[in-house]
Amino acid sequence: MSVLDSIQTKDFLIEKILKNYSGIFDKGTGEQLALIKREKVIHPVLYLGMGTCGIVSGADKTYMAIQKYLNDNNLEAEVVKTGCLGFCSAEPLLDIQLPGKARISYQHVTQEKVEDLLNAVFHHTLIPENILGQHRFASHEEWPGVDFIDQHPFFAQQHRNVLHNTGLISPWSIDDYLARGGYKSLFKTVLNYTPDKVCEIIEQSELRGRGGGGYATGKKWRNALDTGSDQKFLVCNAEESDPGVFLNRAFIEGDPHRVLEGIAIASYAIGANSAYIHIRYNHEQSLMIMENAIAQAKEYGILGENIFASGFNLNLFIRKGAGAFVCGEETSLIASMESQRGTPQTKPPYPTEKGLFGHPTVVNNVETLANVPAILENGPTWFRSIGTNGSKGTKVISLAGKATRKGFVEVPMGIPISNIVFDIAGGISDGKPLKAVQIGGPFGICIPPKGLSAEIGYESLQEIGASLGLCGLTLLDEDICMVSLSKYFMKLLHKESCGKCIPCREGTHRMLEILEGITKRPKEESSHETLERFKGVVQLENLAEVIHDTSLCGLGKNAPNPVLSSLKWFRDEFEEHIFDRKCRAGVCNDLRSFFIDVDICNGCNVCQKKCPETAIIGAIRMPHFIVESKCTGCGICFDSCKFNAIYYK
Amino acid sequence: MQFDIEINGEQVTAKKGETIKNVLDRIGIKVPTLCNMNGFTPTGSCRLCVVEVDGLQGLVPSCSHQVEEWMKIKTHSPRVLKARKTIVELLLARHPDECLYCNRNKNCELQSLAEELDIRERKHQTKRLSIQIDRACSSIERDPAKCILCGRCIRICDEVIGVAAIDIMGRGSDSRIGTSYNKGLNVSSCVKCGQCIMVCPTAALSERSNIQTVLDALHNPELFPVIQFSPTVPASIAEDFNLKTSKDILNLFRAALKKMGFRQIFDTSMAADLTIMEEAAEFIDRWNKQSVLPMFTSCCPSWVRYAEEEKRKLLPNLSSTRSPQQMMGRVVKNYITSSAGQKPSSVFVVSVMPCTSKKHEAEGDVMKDNNTRYVDAVLTTRELVRLIRLMGIDFSCLEPEPNDTAFSLRSSAGKLFGVSGGHLEGLIRTIHYMMTGQEINPIKINDLRGLKTKKETHIKIGKQVLKVMAVSGLANVKSVLDEIESGRKDVHIVEVMTCPFGCINGGGQRIGSDEKSLKSRMKAIYDVDEEEMIKVAHKNPIITDLYDKFLGHPNSDQNKDLLHQVPITEKTV
Repeated sequence: MSVLDSIQTKDFLIEKILKNYSGIFDKGTGEQLALIKREKVIHPVLYLGMGTCGIVSGADKTYMAIQKYLNDNNLEAEVVKTGCLGFCSAEPLLDIQLPGKARISYQHVTQEKVEDLLNAVFHHTLIPENILGQHRFASHEEWPGVDFIDQHPFFAQQHRNVLHNTGLISPWSIDDYLARGGYKSLFKTVLNYTPDKVCEIIEQSELRGRGGGGYATGKKWRNALDTGSDQKFLVCNAEESDPGVFLNRAFIEGDPHRVLEGIAIASYAIGANSAYIHIRYNHEQSLMIMENAIAQAKEYGILGENIFASGFNLNLFIRKGAGAFVCGEETSLIASMESQRGTPQTKPPYPTEKGLFGHPTVVNNVETLANVPAILENGPTWFRSIGTNGSKGTKVISLAGKATRKGFVEVPMGIPISNIVFDIAGGISDGKPLKAVQIGGPFGICIPPKGLSAEIGYESLQEIGASLGLCGLTLLDEDICMVSLSKYFMKLLHKESCGKCIPCREGTHRMLEILEGITKRPKEESSHETLERFKGVVQLENLAEVIHDTSLCGLGKNAPNPVLSSLKWFRDEFEEHIFDRKCRAGVCNDLRSFFIDVDICNGCNVCQKKCPETAIIGAIRMPHFIVESKCTGCGICFDSCKFNAIYYK
Repeated sequence: MQFDIEINGEQVTAKKGETIKNVLDRIGIKVPTLCNMNGFTPTGSCRLCVVEVDGLQGLVPSCSHQVEEWMKIKTHSPRVLKARKTIVELLLARHPDECLYCNRNKNCELQSLAEELDIRERKHQTKRLSIQIDRACSSIERDPAKCILCGRCIRICDEVIGVAAIDIMGRGSDSRIGTSYNKGLNVSSCVKCGQCIMVCPTAALSERSNIQTVLDALHNPELFPVIQFSPTVPASIAEDFNLKTSKDILNLFRAALKKMGFRQIFDTSMAADLTIMEEAAEFIDRWNKQSVLPMFTSCCPSWVRYAEEEKRKLLPNLSSTRSPQQMMGRVVKNYITSSAGQKPSSVFVVSVMPCTSKKHEAEGDVMKDNNTRYVDAVLTTRELVRLIRLMGIDFSCLEPEPNDTAFSLRSSAGKLFGVSGGHLEGLIRTIHYMMTGQEINPIKINDLRGLKTKKETHIKIGKQVLKVMAVSGLANVKSVLDEIESGRKDVHIVEVMTCPFGCINGGGQRIGSDEKSLKSRMKAIYDVDEEEMIKVAHKNPIITDLYDKFLGHPNSDQNKDLLHQVPITEKTV
């Protein structure tokens, strides 16, 4: 623990570290800094992952158990609540750092494991199970026989730039960030660079928006800077609503000050004195952490009036988003911030010319802004050296679905999807074969294993019909029905369509109806019905083209993507649904036909009692039968049979 | 800055800053649109005006996209046509198939679009929308099932009328246009002006029809049906039946009404003269006391309702004089028909108005003793056209009917009520006479004429100067009210009309009126003023006769109850 009190720590960090251009300190300062950074600790330090994923996995109970253990044993130790390291499926994640020893990570530390685990570690022994690895640090003594965490397959191929501090420091403490060189870029920027120069640096870095469109960030800032106005705004878009994507949350919960620094630099670059962070209302943890971070930054004089005596003022406000998917689109976001109905507006004029309350506004995604401090620190050339031709830098990707290892990872642009899927995520969890990878959220596409050689990057993904977007990868195994999945995404988009433009409002509704028709059980099967279903699929393609061509905003334009890609790659599955009335994954209830194996059925009568449609007949202790015309395919009998006598086709 | 762009393979000159649609309109290429409105910023929501621009991904909406030098545009390529056709097919998918029963049949933009785009089959087999019709309001009916969510009504209600009674609620395909809390229109902030009906492309918004009531009355032997018509009606009827707006039209119009069975025909302008007399006297009274100024006119029921709901502080400033329609109803039931030997209860007064709000107004004004209305039914101009067609009247075979009843004599001042600024002009003529004993010279007040929404001028009356103002379009009124509420004192009379440019553009007029027809309606009214012998209300012999025989003198206590409203402030809203 630092020997300084809080006010001294603040002065020390601001005067000796932040304002130190050279980065070279005397010995005393270095030691003091090592103490604040917890590189050198006097008492044991326990780091507990308390991001939303951690809490959901029971980290708060683990926290209580740790506190109880420390009290009971009268031990002096510091417990640091960190954000998520990225390995969400390993939560609750507990790191322990004994004085002089390397920081060691344990996964799945639920409350009942705490006592044994801490008992062992505090006696300098290790329980081998649940070890994730140890952190590499030169002056720390290594734990024998424990792998380094950077060798773990989840981390080995990562290039953690934006996520540099995430999961390692406390998001509740500005000291942690400052001690690691935080806010230095802002300090350098506001004192040494003109706004024009900052735009130039970002332009040279070729940073592109990480929110979906991939517009060049420097150009966007330049447009806003060049638009004359007495008032300009910067909006940080953290209105994240994609199912299976949780990146904005990860940044804010892991390293909020990096985002704040990015916001401050961007505001300076465009000449804005007010900035807003738009966070979805139900991301409570993000909201609390961000509020705390802003308050701390104000207290330290990093936000507010006359920052670092440069004359630059910045007021930062949090706006809670009401939670509409379409409000992730910048013009809708602006409309909803103006207390209007959250519908997109036609572009041009772009928000950089006429945005929030009619003033030039730059809307940037959280990840874009989180990239900015490092670019100013290391220079545009450094940033350009990472990634591919059109896509520079790194990309944070979330992994979900049936992956063995789920969470979020930061990889350099240009890495093949297969590397992420098989090496980092470890493929499908129970060893089943991979059926497809869904990439890019609800607008994304499903790629079969043979298409996984595609690289992460704006152009390379566009080539296969996907967009980088927020970039979530969802791994799907053969239990997933592609028609059902298309229907699920269509339903989501149909529900989230704002209703402003006709193609999206009516078109998504029609497409959903067609998909529902394919998966629905027809009352009377005739060749006419099959023809209608077939015609529906032809219409799907037509509709998709028009919706894509004419919709007002990105939501509509990309709404047909999941259906089109599934139709392209998994056409046979659609055909099975249409002609054979069969769902190979057994997901489409209406298409399941249940049968009772008369050899196994002993007539226990349970299924007959449970059947809501009275479709099962049979005398007690005699084999039962299912009346196919009455059966709705709900599957209750299947679940209730203890003898596995019921099967479906 | 001018430059050349390529449209459909031809070089066309375009100006920087104009939209693609501006250029297309100029060179005569028609692209369909549903959401676009002249004079409003484009919303780009219907996507029907999309065009193909080389080098741009997707199609761009021509209404909002500005031209740029490098552009090569295709307006009717197969890709564009397919997109437009699909969009209309999508709209038709859930639209109720009720064209034959619809009151906008043959006058529906969706119908003509389907025809223009050659849609010959129902592409999408799906359930039709079925939503309850909102009939809670006595003036306007909403049928959300027929709504295609173009958003025009919302914009006119918000930006022109300024009451924002309706907006979109819900999202995606569940979006509907509704009132606050989704209650009936009658309990919303709606002022019943009917401007939303004028911009609705389909029959989602229409007036509450009184045709059947009128038909029943016409064929009821116990009733004595009479009709009054507003100053703008004959000219609008002439438009609908392709008649020339000449002096004869009035007589032809009278002949048609006679033929339909109306026993007596009155020109509401006569009552307008009476309104002027009362209002002038009321103003002079206020002027002499120098209290509760400025005086607002109160002939527009939508404006009165707006004031009652939103500006209660200003209510004492509204003139208490009744509107011409109600004055006519009262005078007819109380005096005129009794001279023809009819009891008030057997007289059925129909009025034809270019207005939907008048329906609401007539409903609220009832006789104290037997609870029957002074004006029994109100038809909009549109309904009258339908009624004339229904009754099989052929204008080409009609003999012009001369002015038979003395009671349809009116001054041209009363006629001027139909256009914004006209009421004020007529009022000033009489005020001038009443204050100085001399006629105003010149009698025409040019500052108060023309298609403008805000007109101001100074009038010299003897040694005194009156500052008067005519404002139309309720949203424009708001700014004036704000000024007055915050202490502006130099205005003395403000004429307020809810619909922009006044009743010639009222919510009961023919749908699809453009600026040209507005101008011709206005011209018709001013032409009457040119040609008419009696140009001032106080010279109308009927009026002087009425005052001599029944009413005493203007603004007297004796006619307070008859011609003035109970102090508006005491009315319950």
